[in-house]
Amino acid sequence: MSSTGKDLEQPRSKMLYISREQRIELLIPVVAVFLALLLGALLVIFIGQSPIKAYSALLKGAFGSKRDIAETLINVTPLIFTGLSVAFSFKCGLFNIGAEGQFIMGQIVAAWIGFQITGLPTVIHMPLAFLLGALAGGLWAALPGYLKAKLGVHEVINTIMMNYIALYFSHYLLMAALKEPGQIPQTPAVAATARLWRILPGTRLHFGLILALGAVCLVYYLLFKTTLGYEIRAVGLNPHAARYSGINVSRDIIIAMTISGALSGAAGAVQILGVQFRFLDLFGFVGYGFDGIAVALLGRNHPFGVLAAATLFGTLARGAVTMQSMAKIPKQIIGIIQATIVLIVAADEILRRLMKPKETEIQGSQDAGEVELGGDR
Amino acid sequence: METGNLADVTIYIALVVSTLRMATPLILAGLGGVFSERSGVVNIALEGIMLISAFMGMLISYYTEAPWLGVLSAVASGVLVALILAVACVRYKSNQVVVGTAINIFSLGFTGFMLRKVFEHAGQSPPVTKVADWTIPLIHKIPVIGPMIGKHTPFVYIAIVAAVISNHVLFETKLGLRIRAVGEHPKAAETVGVDVFAIRYLCVLLSGALAGLAGASLSLGFLSQFRENMTGGRGFIALAAMIFGKWTPYGTLGACILFGFADALQILSQTLGLTFIPRDFLLMAPYILTMAALAGVIGRSVPPAASGVPYERQK
Repeated sequence: MSSTGKDLEQPRSKMLYISREQRIELLIPVVAVFLALLLGALLVIFIGQSPIKAYSALLKGAFGSKRDIAETLINVTPLIFTGLSVAFSFKCGLFNIGAEGQFIMGQIVAAWIGFQITGLPTVIHMPLAFLLGALAGGLWAALPGYLKAKLGVHEVINTIMMNYIALYFSHYLLMAALKEPGQIPQTPAVAATARLWRILPGTRLHFGLILALGAVCLVYYLLFKTTLGYEIRAVGLNPHAARYSGINVSRDIIIAMTISGALSGAAGAVQILGVQFRFLDLFGFVGYGFDGIAVALLGRNHPFGVLAAATLFGTLARGAVTMQSMAKIPKQIIGIIQATIVLIVAADEILRRLMKPKETEIQGSQDAGEVELGGDR
Repeated sequence: METGNLADVTIYIALVVSTLRMATPLILAGLGGVFSERSGVVNIALEGIMLISAFMGMLISYYTEAPWLGVLSAVASGVLVALILAVACVRYKSNQVVVGTAINIFSLGFTGFMLRKVFEHAGQSPPVTKVADWTIPLIHKIPVIGPMIGKHTPFVYIAIVAAVISNHVLFETKLGLRIRAVGEHPKAAETVGVDVFAIRYLCVLLSGALAGLAGASLSLGFLSQFRENMTGGRGFIALAAMIFGKWTPYGTLGACILFGFADALQILSQTLGLTFIPRDFLLMAPYILTMAALAGVIGRSVPPAASGVPYERQK
């Protein structure tokens, strides 16, 4: 039922059209951010405050001092990982809405390896805890990937289900086996040898940021410079065509989900080994996984776009805390801004029509996820 | 092994009452999911719609002290939020899961923001007037059965009646046939003159109304206040129940009661002496069962063929 066939038809003035299309492609996220910030300003006026004061408090909170900048970057780090995670699955035509659950699994395994093992040198213990955390997230995503590839079960539902299973399962593991003695439901602190290095003296900024930047480059390389990446993108664009050209679609779906999950698991591991140092009992989702969806969409599912979008959302999240205390604006306003951005980017057809009223016939569905959603039977 | 006093009839009464309480919001939201998906639109925004409706219902009841007016406004806000989904996904063919996710993010931000704006208070609203319980004449006097089903918040009865009506509409009326046709094969439906867009709009708005009722049941039925993120994933369990119930109203009803029962067991596990089953496993059960059903381990669940696929009008 997908309109993939149509996308192959090129209009007459091919060169001109493509550059214009690309310009719109870049413009949409910018317009979305602008409109969402405008809506935020209106909300601030609605509660009787000054938007200029509010946004300057936000900027001051995010970049006011060395410590603020470090805290902002600490916020950005997990978002880069979860944004990459969701974007990677999108590239294969999959929607990994389970980043949240994979994040939790990454957290609990990294914490466990971190405190259980002692006496290892840092150069071994730290990477071990990080990689096993990532692996836990990868395995958590591999199951929905397998069910999708082998049985055609839609990954959206299964990954949602596995978010909740992860939430309760982590609680069970914590209470049954990993809790430190005492009243507080948390694991013991991870050993000093498992902690990520601090990279900016006098702040909490940790090596996780470097790992995240490395992941951006790695995902870029993987997607655009390797055969596997080419195959994964081919599956994302059109699984049927990919199958006819000899690509093992099932295998690629499982691999893509596993890598996607590993990136979310890495986000969880980094939060434990760089910031929290212990797994704390969760009373609900922390939200980095869901934010990852917003990051991926705004970043147009491109690794560098993800980096930019994660920086924006991390800045907003950090700045909102200051905005709340300084300008008395509820920090939940960020959620509204974020949702608005996602909505506008998702409903980009509206903007496209406004921007090129004469070419309404051309469907520009660039998102691979859109093509395959629900079309798996 | 501690077994508790299983001979005590009050335990069974508590179990049934608790099951119905936990199942009701799931049934209402799940039926909303059935209509939406049967017409071909995936609605993962049920969670967010419920949350916003729970808030708006509470807010209107707070100002007017008329709880039914609150329920009405909860339904209206549910429809309004669903309209966003409908316009973006039916008219503009946006990715349904993405828009649903945006609505879920929005609902958390919006309700948290408004809670602080209106009440200058984080976490929860002040108590408001809730909808009075209904007592069913005669039945409530029957021993054992009476205390189980004779007196509940109206939402419990509304939910069950809604399931019966939904089943009738979906499987015994012309409209229902059209809805199912649009969800299975929109092109064929349009060929015989069915307005695919109109049916999808109708179903998505209807699912908004039902999810709105589900939200109202939380803040005006079982509790008499709004709490931050009070839906706590019920929208997603409702979605799971809909799948487990194979996209049919009665199937969804049954699945919701089963999931509600698992929840009730978890709540009453101390009293029932079920502490040997970890509570977390009971909480996980609905999700695991749903995955098993989808994978075909317990009777394969197959979604409507065109569910999730935007429809392109034929020229």
